[in-house]
Amino acid sequence: MADHAITEVFLDDGRELLVCPQCDALYRSRVVGKGDQATCTRCHTVLAAPRRKAGMLIICLALATVILIFAAVFFPFLTLEAQGFRSSSSLLDIALSFSHAGLRALVFLMLALVLAIPAVRASLLIYVLTPLAFDRTPSAFAAPAFRLAQNMKPWAMAEVFALGCAVALVKITELAQVSLGQAFWMFAVLVGLVVIQDRFLCSWSVWNALTKPNRS
Amino acid sequence: MERAHQTQPVLTARAARLVGCQHCAKVWPLGTERCERCGGRLASRSPNSLQRVWAWWLAGLIAYVPANIEPMLVTRTLAGTQEATIVGGAVELFVYGSPGVAFVILMASVGIPVAKFLCIAYLAWSVGRRDPSLPGPRHMVYHVVEYIGRWSMIDVFVVAILSSLVQFSAVATISPGPASLAFALSVIFTMFSAQSFDSRLIWDNLEPAEPRR
Repeated sequence: MADHAITEVFLDDGRELLVCPQCDALYRSRVVGKGDQATCTRCHTVLAAPRRKAGMLIICLALATVILIFAAVFFPFLTLEAQGFRSSSSLLDIALSFSHAGLRALVFLMLALVLAIPAVRASLLIYVLTPLAFDRTPSAFAAPAFRLAQNMKPWAMAEVFALGCAVALVKITELAQVSLGQAFWMFAVLVGLVVIQDRFLCSWSVWNALTKPNRS
Repeated sequence: MERAHQTQPVLTARAARLVGCQHCAKVWPLGTERCERCGGRLASRSPNSLQRVWAWWLAGLIAYVPANIEPMLVTRTLAGTQEATIVGGAVELFVYGSPGVAFVILMASVGIPVAKFLCIAYLAWSVGRRDPSLPGPRHMVYHVVEYIGRWSMIDVFVVAILSSLVQFSAVATISPGPASLAFALSVIFTMFSAQSFDSRLIWDNLEPAEPRR
């Protein structure tokens, strides 16, 4: 999403209608400046919030997210020492420790929410946004891919897991000496990345950029 | 220029014989089935929204019962086996000197889920009886419920982390109890319940008072 592309799209769309997805209020779209926000006047849902250079930033963040998630699978995120015993846990260890203890459904669910869904979502965003950032024609199936990525948003729980790590840590400090592994810090960074990404991703701008070639 | 310009005091897409895409905000003539821009299914109001809300709500409530009765964590030490429920675990934490964490756990596992059940029930009930009052605050409640639901998963993750970490064969092992799965399901069901709720219904009951086109 180069800067001029967005401006063009918004000017093109000058008289188009848009609707608030949350309350069905109808609006006439206008140019929304970079850094400004358009909110629904009755339910205050943010309708558009384009940011300068957002495309490139989101791609970088999504790439970092994918790398961090893969790293978190293999590096331990907590190390526990108690009376000569020592145990470190990576996400892979969590998965394996459950395989004999039953409750496989639980671990399956957890890996999906913590790893698979955030990783897939980040990959989809990279796939959709990269051509837009370089002002090329959108990738094939960009529209369903972006829709899927947005639908996945509530189910990507990497940051919830990070807080879970912190709570688990406090819970067992009574029992043993605990130290934070590399992956814990990776998850901590991941939380930050996810938050920034959400602030900068304006789906309104993306949809406009995606439709642009069809009209011209 | 900062705001998307409002056309009428409040003209809804439905009143203008249009349907808006909930995925990409594009507007189509009423009766269009799929959004041509993003391929999403269009519905002026999601069909059977309230039934689906209540069905998931009930499923979530049913799963929430064993989540509280059954043990969440099973700790085996040389001294014996200890089983702790959600509330029991939090009380233990409080007694042993981490009131802060006990509070976080209680909020995430009891406070938020219970508040969520109440909020969703209130929203669905008030929309069902076509209550026109306070659409703004009700919409805010809906926003909060949708945003906060996922954070309830935290206790499930804590259990999973603990049980993978504390595996010292004979000396001490922690394993997840049946409540962990029940609780995870309860969280997921209530998330589905909140997602099934069509927030546009909150605003519909205002419409008869407005001029229609």
